[in-house]
Amino acid sequence: MSTDTVAVLIEHRDGAVTPPSLEALTLARSLGTPIALWLGDAPAADAVAQLGEYGAAEVRVVGIGDDARLPAKAAAAIAAATEDAPVLVVISTFVTKEIATRLAVLNGAGVVVDAAGASRVDGHIETFQTVFAATWNVRTRIDADRAIVGVRPNTTQATPAESPGAATLTQVEATLPQTRERIVAVEPVDQGEGVPLAEAPVVVSGGRGTNGDYTLIEEFAGVLGGAVGASRDATDEGWISHEHMVGQTGTTVTPALYVACGISGAVHHRGGMQASGTIVAINMDPDAPIFEISDFGVVGSLFDVIPQAIETIKAHRGE
Amino acid sequence: MRILVTVKHVPDLQSNRSFTDGTVTRTADDGSMNELDEHAVEAALQLVEAAGEGEVYALTVGGPDAIAAVRKALQLGAHHAIHVSDVGIAGSDVFGTAMIIAAAVRKLHAEAPLDMVVTGMAALDGLTSMLPTALAAELDWSQLTLASAVSVADGEATIERHLPDAHETVAASLPAVVSVTDEANKPRYPNFKLIMAARKAEVPVWTLADLGIDPALVGGDAARATVVEASERPPRENRRHVTDKGEGGRELAEFLIEKGLA
Repeated sequence: MSTDTVAVLIEHRDGAVTPPSLEALTLARSLGTPIALWLGDAPAADAVAQLGEYGAAEVRVVGIGDDARLPAKAAAAIAAATEDAPVLVVISTFVTKEIATRLAVLNGAGVVVDAAGASRVDGHIETFQTVFAATWNVRTRIDADRAIVGVRPNTTQATPAESPGAATLTQVEATLPQTRERIVAVEPVDQGEGVPLAEAPVVVSGGRGTNGDYTLIEEFAGVLGGAVGASRDATDEGWISHEHMVGQTGTTVTPALYVACGISGAVHHRGGMQASGTIVAINMDPDAPIFEISDFGVVGSLFDVIPQAIETIKAHRGE
Repeated sequence: MRILVTVKHVPDLQSNRSFTDGTVTRTADDGSMNELDEHAVEAALQLVEAAGEGEVYALTVGGPDAIAAVRKALQLGAHHAIHVSDVGIAGSDVFGTAMIIAAAVRKLHAEAPLDMVVTGMAALDGLTSMLPTALAAELDWSQLTLASAVSVADGEATIERHLPDAHETVAASLPAVVSVTDEANKPRYPNFKLIMAARKAEVPVWTLADLGIDPALVGGDAARATVVEASERPPRENRRHVTDKGEGGRELAEFLIEKGLA
């Protein structure tokens, strides 16, 4: 394949392009000529304009509706729309990893998921990522003719294209396979007003040390403009819902700032947050493992430290 | 109910994990069965118990040390174990591994039909969660992944799936590949009798030839991607720690302000 077309699977919520999609488009521009791939009802004009602004020359729409929730159908739809694109960038989530895997079984692509970046080296796509709870850096070369890269949110700074053109809208007809799986029920998770955990630039998490009281965690997250996370201990206790769990079996986050409050920092938790930019920890136990990886640590009670920190920040802002 | 559970031998989370020649370093000393696979074994045992009859097979793919993973599964109550091992397997990517497991599944399925393959949600070394999907595609069986609950009735399996944006209920006909999360159950502890039996159990070793797999299709040479560089990340620099003596919150706030983070 000689084309340098890079397809980007756009993530959208309520018709709006999500911030990680703009990051993925920005990354795709450094790999070739991006086209945006949109599964679902055709995007509105402002969404198309925004995709164009971030470098998409074309927006290809496959109107597969709720079938997009089934990885085998989503993969077939993407395959039909990206025959001419040797590289596909997706935002790494549990669902897109399944779609990417299905697609790769169909088209022989090499796949790297959970990447923090990618570049083109001697005609191959190379990815960068951290592994082993972000204690190692790994560079991987995709040798297959087709490449699929799953990138984590918050790993590329989204910037508009220098000389964007108007993106054209194309509708792609895809024949989808019959699947054995069927969705019996879908119950949307209330995302509230805030930014989803995986995309948040700041995450404030609470663990056992909260004793189940998330008032201060929520308030601190609000002041810092971030999302609320939790440790496995806290979700197991039922103090907060599973969607908030940061860790290797929950959500992996890479915010610019991660604040761990009353979290000891077991390896299961570190695996989900250790690649964060700046890590701050508040814990009563000076020997808590979280202090081994924190840039700034306070040995103390979160019930004393957080209110004072909030007060100081507000005073600094003149609030 | 006849179920095969895949288990993986991975470096212990507390050990100094590393890379050798582009693949994860694997040694007998600090390796163990992937913790998340305990939930897969437990789910399989519960399904067999609920059905009132059946057998659980534990299967691992890997070098000689990997047998520790299936022995652990036997300790937990799996009835049979299989170790797929062959020098040609080393360096296989997820697609090669799926091809190998699929061949083993077909071999067992030909002897007597399997209803299900159950896997963990991820292996704690790579954490990609791709294998269950690749295996379902390879086998052309139903795919029911990331289940926090699973039940079987009338030849159909139904799972609950908690995704960040939605809770789904998904159903599919058997046979199916089901991956379960760590929310699905609380794995049982091995009892003494099973520990002793697992130690002595004869575990058959299947090679690529036994599975009729062309060695050119698996192993490092067939992998679609190659690790070209791996290095340990340097520790964070200029780390500061204070003990709260009444000023901890203010010091924290000043750190954030100085960094432009607040």
